[in-house]
Amino acid sequence: MPDAPLLTVEHLSMRFGGLVAVDDVSFAAADRAITAIIGPNGAGKTTVFNCLTGFYKPSIGCMRLDGARGSFLLERLDGFRVAQKAGVARTFQNIRLFAGMSVLENLVVAQHNRLMKASGYTVLGLFGLGTYRAEEQAAVERARYWLDRTGLTNAADDQAASLPYGAQRRLEIARAMCTEPVLLCLDEPAAGLNARESAELNELLLKIRDDEKIGILLIEHDMSVVMEISDYIVVLDYGRKIAEGVPSEIRRDANVIKAYLGEAEDEGPAARAGEARP
Amino acid sequence: MIARAETRADVPASGVLASLLKRAALAAGVAFLLTVGIVGFELVSSTGELEYHTRFGSIVVTVAAVFFGYLAMGLLQAGLIWPAIIGAVVVGAVLLFVLVGSIRDPSLERFLPYESSIVDWSLLMFPVGIVLRGLWLFGKARSQAKTGRIAGSRRYSGWLAWALIGAALVLPFMPFADRRLVDIATLTLTYIMLGWGLNIVVGLAGLLDLGYVAFYAVGAYSYALLSTNYGLGFWVCLPLAGALAATFGILLGFPVLRLRGDYLAIVTLGFGEMIRIVLINWYWFTGGPNGINNVARPSFFGLDFDRNPDEGVAAFHTFFGIEYSPMQRVVFLYFLILACALVTNHFTLRIRKMPLGRAWEALREDETACRALGINPTNTKLTAFAFGAMFAGFAGSFFAARQGFISPESFVFLESAVILAIVVLGGLGSQIGIVLAAVVLIGIPEFFRELKDYRMLAFGLGMVLIMVWRPGGLLAHRDPTMLLHGRKRGRS
Ligand SMILES: Nc1ncnc2c1ncn2[C@@H]1O[C@H](COP(=O)(O)OP(=O)(O)OP(=O)(O)O)[C@@H](O)[C@H]1O
Ligand SMILES: [Mg+2]
Repeated sequence: MPDAPLLTVEHLSMRFGGLVAVDDVSFAAADRAITAIIGPNGAGKTTVFNCLTGFYKPSIGCMRLDGARGSFLLERLDGFRVAQKAGVARTFQNIRLFAGMSVLENLVVAQHNRLMKASGYTVLGLFGLGTYRAEEQAAVERARYWLDRTGLTNAADDQAASLPYGAQRRLEIARAMCTEPVLLCLDEPAAGLNARESAELNELLLKIRDDEKIGILLIEHDMSVVMEISDYIVVLDYGRKIAEGVPSEIRRDANVIKAYLGEAEDEGPAARAGEARP
Repeated sequence: MIARAETRADVPASGVLASLLKRAALAAGVAFLLTVGIVGFELVSSTGELEYHTRFGSIVVTVAAVFFGYLAMGLLQAGLIWPAIIGAVVVGAVLLFVLVGSIRDPSLERFLPYESSIVDWSLLMFPVGIVLRGLWLFGKARSQAKTGRIAGSRRYSGWLAWALIGAALVLPFMPFADRRLVDIATLTLTYIMLGWGLNIVVGLAGLLDLGYVAFYAVGAYSYALLSTNYGLGFWVCLPLAGALAATFGILLGFPVLRLRGDYLAIVTLGFGEMIRIVLINWYWFTGGPNGINNVARPSFFGLDFDRNPDEGVAAFHTFFGIEYSPMQRVVFLYFLILACALVTNHFTLRIRKMPLGRAWEALREDETACRALGINPTNTKLTAFAFGAMFAGFAGSFFAARQGFISPESFVFLESAVILAIVVLGGLGSQIGIVLAAVVLIGIPEFFRELKDYRMLAFGLGMVLIMVWRPGGLLAHRDPTMLLHGRKRGRS
């Protein structure tokens, strides 16, 4: 772990009625590193993301972000402010694009807050005043940069919904990156990709880590992706953290093997880990 | 319409035909059951007694029309275009023969099913429509075979817009433009403007607003009250009315915009009714059910349109040294609403290319994703609500100025429903689609006022036809607001 942690999560718990989806989880994610969160289905990984990105208010816990934009207690920011102020961007397990809009528009919408300011909250922009023109041009250039990196330049003017599945996953990442985040949270970005696309994704994520110098939190089931690119791994099962460490440690960890292979348990995590994922 | 997906597959034609005949017969049966009780018997009270007349002729024609219409549509869907066209031509020719013949020879009239000759004539729409649809499909199949993709409709939507604006500008000066036509055009334009305003809320931001007429009412009452109580002129009140309506939009929007979908629709419906009920009951302020009389008419840069205007006010006709004619005011009002509508349109086209407009559309597509990108959903929705309300406010004060009299009667829920129908049938978000839908739903039924009860039937028929033929609305095409590669490069 080269740097001081970018994100520190302490004693995070999330209850839905009687169900404890996340149970006293603590971990840290370093800047300029890929931290993977893994675990069988229903382990609570997506719930951790939802707490981090302001979609859920955690029942207990503290989430501290010390990024380039300053220090924030994420649980105190509501909803959209986590992305707007603190600079935490995310993608979704089931892709959420602006399906009817073009690929380029998807990326420009992601730069909404900056453009709103430049257009004088629309008032100046309507009359062609202010720096809006230049700022819009800059937004398009930023979009073009990410289109190039994700190999979507040729599809820029197509409808987002018309893209093939793998391209939609990449577009969602490009859209998150257009917000210029300090922490990028990816929820199963390799789900549904074939081997080649999955390898390309690995490369893209490593490049984002190294070139943009941001932290990445990665939920992933595909072990080839996780073991290859993660710098650090946190393992959840039944909402609890059962292990953490670098990939070589996790590979040998007895608890992790048990959770995934379900030793001596009939109805345990093995049954769930074997289920087809959505 | 269920079979839309399957029939195109390579099923042998005879199999298609058999199942199609069965379904057409079923549809005809349903049509029979639906009409036999309601249309087949007419209750007449003659000298205190209740008698019934039968109208089985109408039913036979209706059932036959449903059967053959279904058959033709099914054939078109199955790709058997020519049999459908030939059948429609034959039916149309027979119909035309009887219709034309009945003008000279009244004895032929007993073959005509309905009581109004306009309705009889409008039967021709069906065969003509089927032929047009068939030819359109045929042309599309050919151009697709040639170029391998569907020719873009966007190319002519640009000049269609300019042609429509040109036509609107010269309309009042056409020799056939009598007072009635210009009045109808003015009314249609009012609805076009309202449609464009509501389109900001429903079409762009995707918020289902069933109480839009409330803001129309706020605009109308703002102008009427300000002008009757304080003697303010139309041009001063217009921005005030817009601002007041927008304020109401924000006030009403703030508590309800956390709701999504159906809940929002129901609450806005409630607000629409609340405003109307307040208008009825706040007697000393709004005049209650009696409404407000003698609302001042708008002037043309200070020139009045009266024959003998008040002391110290110049009249339009004396200033320009022309004969007085009541048409002058009518034409002026027409151009006034045309200008207002065009401003609304221009605003929408511009704001679509601004961050706010794009955020509206993004919100319509996926609110959750918007949050994740740091877009404030509440504020964004509120601005859409406020801008939509503002244009309704403008239209409302125009309405009050044109009528000279307003009452809560004009702002019932049906108005909201009609405006929403225009937006939805026009193809959500499509500006020209709204124009076409307003002409179909307001202009044409108004023009055929003599059809009396059949007018609502025509309204319903227009809706059903649009839904059948263009389920996404008349023009459901969406142009991107920006392009990376420019227009020349074809889409791959
Ligand atoms: N909004 C909610 N209301 C009630 N229960 C919820 C809610 N969200 C998640 N849960 C429950 O919390 C548990 C953890 O769910 P979560 O989606 O976080 O799992 P996950 O680790 O992301 O699984 P997967 O690998 O299948 O995506 C599950 O039992 C789920 O049913
Ligand atoms: Mg999940």
